[in-house]
Amino acid sequence: MHLFTILIAAIFVNNFIFSKFLGICPFLGVSKKVETAAGMGVAVIFVMTLASAATWVVYNCILTKIIITLPIGESDLSFLYNIAFILIIASLVQFVEMFIKKSSPSLYQALGVYLPLITTNCAVLGVTVLNMDSNYGFIESMVNGIGAAVGFTLAIVLFAGIRERIARCHILKPLQGFPIALITAGLMSIAFLGFSGML
Amino acid sequence: MNPVKIVKNGIFDENPTFVQVIGMCPTLAVTTSVENGIGMGLATTAVLTCSNIVISLIRKFVPDQVRIPCYIVVIASFVTMVQMLLKAFVPALNASLGMFIPLIVVNCIILARAEAFAGKNGCIASLFDGIGMGLGFTVALGLIGCVRELLGGGSILGLAILPEAFPKTLLMILPPGAFFTLALLMVIINCIRNRKSN
Repeated sequence: MHLFTILIAAIFVNNFIFSKFLGICPFLGVSKKVETAAGMGVAVIFVMTLASAATWVVYNCILTKIIITLPIGESDLSFLYNIAFILIIASLVQFVEMFIKKSSPSLYQALGVYLPLITTNCAVLGVTVLNMDSNYGFIESMVNGIGAAVGFTLAIVLFAGIRERIARCHILKPLQGFPIALITAGLMSIAFLGFSGML
Repeated sequence: MNPVKIVKNGIFDENPTFVQVIGMCPTLAVTTSVENGIGMGLATTAVLTCSNIVISLIRKFVPDQVRIPCYIVVIASFVTMVQMLLKAFVPALNASLGMFIPLIVVNCIILARAEAFAGKNGCIASLFDGIGMGLGFTVALGLIGCVRELLGGGSILGLAILPEAFPKTLLMILPPGAFFTLALLMVIINCIRNRKSN
């Protein structure tokens, strides 16, 4: 039940896009077509789940276990978490890219340039920092990672659907492009506020 | 290139938020008040300036294939330093910016400047580019913070501006307000640009 609560909270109540503002760059950049948006979503689910697991292991089994002596006293290596996490994510993305290229060339073609871009998707680093701050266990971290990624995918696919429609409408000149997209996102964000009473 | 021109370019012509539309996550997330917006802007400016200097110095030794991981490690080190300094000297700001301080690492502005400017230009020019882009970001965050704090809380920098009887729009402080404010400011800027080009 506890895990189910974490999952639902991560998908709907604390949706990464609409309530936490993590991963806005790919959300605005890769949402012109539903197909590419869905591809991006799948890649993010993959990377985010693996990143949650890998960073948990590194943080709890390496960084907090090594004690070093500094002139000002003893300390563990947990202050290096940021550098460690971003390197783990960058190498994971590289690994996932090689793996998909070998095992499923068609999926690799579909994801194209979006795969390497995931390194700088702040949602991935965000979820690992969030897991660390909330002291989640291994399973909880992974469930939170999956939930957050599914929430991201849901948001970006819905948004791409609306943008496909908007592209066919007549929009006032100053509103064209980003402003109308941001207003759409704002309205969707109001809709997602409705989930906040759920848990 | 002269330094004044580079700084001006960062603040107006190529403003990272309103013109290039990058680094959106902190822009939308921390601008519930002017103070948070400017604090975030200055922290990012510090990281951007330092990383620009270091990257412009190491650009000739770093092989092309591994430059991105190298840049990221440089940026992450400076972010860790800034985070420690904030925690020690302004704990209140550190608490209200929360996880968005470690997330400066993945702010696209910093990596974009490393790729587009510091990796190709000398140390002094990169220093000024960092300052200009950072200030452009800070100004944008401050503006968005102004609008949201004024409409949502009736005050600016904690000083009450609107009279008590004026209704406060809570929505502006909630997440949707961030999207609407940024859209509104972009529309205004587009209108001004269109008028200028006519």
